[in-house]
Amino acid sequence: MTYLLRLIFRNLFRHPLRSLLTAVGIVVAITAFGLLRTTVDAWYAGVEASSSSRLVTRNKNSLVFPLPLHYLNKIRQLDGVSKVSYAEWFGGIYIDKKNFFPQFAVDGRTYFELYPEFVVPPEELKSFLLDRRGVIVGRKTAAQYGWKIGDLIPLQGTIYPGTWDFVIEGIYRGIDSKTDETQFFFHWEYLNEITKKTNPDNADKIGIFLVGLKHAQDAPLIAQRIDALFANSLAETLTETEKAFQLGFVAMTEAILLVIQAVSFLIILIIMAVMANTMAMAARERRAEYAILKAMGFTARFIVGLILGESLLLSLSAGAAGIVLIFPTARDVGARFGTLFPIFNVSTQTLWMAAGAALLVGVVAGVVPAWRAVRTPVAEGMRGMV
Amino acid sequence: MTPVVEIRGLCKSYRRGDQEVHVLMNLDLTIYEGSFVALMGPSGSGKSTLLNIIAGIDRPDSGELRIAGVDITTLSESALAQWRAENIGFVFQFYNLMPVLTAFENVELPLLLTSLSRRQRREHVEMVLDLVGLTDRSEHYPSQLSGGQQQRVAIARALVTDPTLIIADEPTGDLDRVSAHEILDLLASLNGSLGKTIVMVTHDQLAADHAHVIRHLDKGVLNDADQPAPAAV
Ligand SMILES: Nc1ncnc2c1ncn2[C@@H]1O[C@H](COP(=O)(O)OP(=O)(O)O)[C@@H](O)[C@H]1O
Ligand SMILES: [Mg+2]
Repeated sequence: MTYLLRLIFRNLFRHPLRSLLTAVGIVVAITAFGLLRTTVDAWYAGVEASSSSRLVTRNKNSLVFPLPLHYLNKIRQLDGVSKVSYAEWFGGIYIDKKNFFPQFAVDGRTYFELYPEFVVPPEELKSFLLDRRGVIVGRKTAAQYGWKIGDLIPLQGTIYPGTWDFVIEGIYRGIDSKTDETQFFFHWEYLNEITKKTNPDNADKIGIFLVGLKHAQDAPLIAQRIDALFANSLAETLTETEKAFQLGFVAMTEAILLVIQAVSFLIILIIMAVMANTMAMAARERRAEYAILKAMGFTARFIVGLILGESLLLSLSAGAAGIVLIFPTARDVGARFGTLFPIFNVSTQTLWMAAGAALLVGVVAGVVPAWRAVRTPVAEGMRGMV
Repeated sequence: MTPVVEIRGLCKSYRRGDQEVHVLMNLDLTIYEGSFVALMGPSGSGKSTLLNIIAGIDRPDSGELRIAGVDITTLSESALAQWRAENIGFVFQFYNLMPVLTAFENVELPLLLTSLSRRQRREHVEMVLDLVGLTDRSEHYPSQLSGGQQQRVAIARALVTDPTLIIADEPTGDLDRVSAHEILDLLASLNGSLGKTIVMVTHDQLAADHAHVIRHLDKGVLNDADQPAPAAV
C-alpha cells in the first residue's frame, strides 16, 4: 500500500510541468464552476429569503399597472389577515445609471412591522417616521456609497420625473445572511404628495399590497378571498405568496440562468477532457511499465490503483485548492456586483457539487487508461519496447 | 536430472488481418534444471513468442506445456499471475526498470507480492544487489546508471524471489561489448554457482557461447534435436 502510494506520488511528479498545468486547469475550472453556481444562487436569493406567511397582491393584468390605495381597508378586514402594508417601485437613479439599488416608497408605519428581517434601531425608526423625506437604507448600500445618517441623497426619478431629495434617517441590518441589505425605503406619502400636484391621475395608487397572515397555512384561501373582493372591478387583483411572487421575477430571466448553468457544466466537461488527455498520455508512455508489473505478477487491482490513484490525487488536490479559492473570488466578485446581487454567498450545496465535479473528473480521466492497461495482454504491452 | 520445461507439440499462430501467421509449429523442447539455454534464430523466428509462452505471459494454441511439473495452460489469469510471481524472473533487452524507483526499490518490487516482512525484504534485496555488485548504487535511480548497471539491477530483480526459471530476452541486445560481457559472465556465474536455470534469447554468438545448450529456431521449428541433460557437476 505504501509502495503504491509512493509510486503514485512519484509518477505524478514525473512531468512536473504537465501535472502543474493540468492542476492549474482544474483549480481554475472548479473555482469558475463554484462562482457560476453562486451567481445562480444569488439570482434565487430573493426567493430563498421570502416568507410563506406573507402574500403579495398586485394588479392582475401586469405589475406595471397600479392598484387603488382604498383596497387597503377591505383587505385589512379579512379574517386571518394580521397586517397589511403596501409599496411602490420608485426606480430612481443615484448620480449614474449603473449605481443600482432597489428603492421602494412604502407605508413607513406598517412596513417594518411586517418585515422583521429588516432590523432598524428604534430611535432611527422614530426619526424616520417624523421626517417626511426620511429614508431607511440597507447597510450594504449605505456602505457602498459612504452614506451616514443625516446625509441628503438626491435621486433622479425615472417613473416619477424630477429630482427627489431624501434624508438618511436610519440604516437597517439583515436579521441573517439571507436578508437583502441593499434596499432603500422612503415614505409613500412623500411620493403621493408630489404626484398629487404634478400628475393627479396617478395619485393615491400603489404598486403592491403586502399582506401578513396569522397562519401561513391559510395562504391559498386568503389569496383567493382577496382576489374575490376585487373581481369584476376596474383593477382586478392577483394574490400569491411572496415566494411565488419572487419566483415570477426569476422566471423572467430563467433563460440566462439556464445558460449560466450550462456553462458551469461545460467547464467541467472541458477540464474532464483535458485531464483525460493528460492521463491517457501518461498511461501511453508507461505501457511497458504496466506490462512489466503484470508480468511480475501484480494484479489488475494494483494497476488500476496506480492509474486511478494518480488521476484522483491530481483532481482532488487541485479540486480542493479550487474549492478553497471559491471563497475569496466569490467575495471579490460579489463586491464588484455591489448592490446588484444583494446576496452573494457560497452555499454548502455549491461546495458539494464542486467536490463532486473534482471527483468525477478524476474518475473519468483515470478509468479509460486504467481499463486499457488492464485489458492489454502482457506480451502485447511489451511489444516494440522490450 | 529433472526437466523444468517440458514442451510437446506446441503450436502458436497469430492472425494478421485475414492471414494466419504460424509462429511456432509442433515444437518440442525440454530444458533441465540447472541448465543455461540459449535460443537463437533470425529476427521474427518466434523466439520471444516461445519465451513468453514458457514464462506464462502468452498462451499456446495447442500442445503440452509443463513448467516444473505444472500444466500452466490450465491456470486462470489470476492464478497464472501468482504463478509467475513465484516462479519466473524476467530480464529484458531494455532493462525495463521503473524510472521513479531507486535500484533498491526496483529490486524490492517483486517481493511485495510475497509475505516477507520489511526487514526480510531488505535482507534479500541487499543480498542480490551485492551479488550483482551494485551495493553502492542502491539509492540511484535508473537514469543515474549506465546500461550495464541497469541490466544488473534488472537481473537482481529477476533473482530476488529465487524463481524456478530466469527468462532473458536479448539481455545484451542494447549493450556495448564490454557491458555485454559482464552481463553474460554474471548470468553464467548465477547459473554455475547458484544453479539457476536460465533461458536466454539472443542472436549474438558471443552470448550463445556462454550457454550450455544452444537451440536454433527457424520459421517456427527447432531444427536441432533435444540435447541430453547436462552432466552432473
Ligand atoms: N501479438 C501478435 N500479433 C501478431 N503477430 C505477432 C504477435 N506477436 C508476434 N507476432 C509475429 O510472430 C512472429 C514472431 O515474433 P517474435 O516471437 O517476436 O520473433 P523474434 O523474437 O524471434 O524476433 C513475427 O512475425 C511477429 O510479427
Ligand atoms: Mg524478440
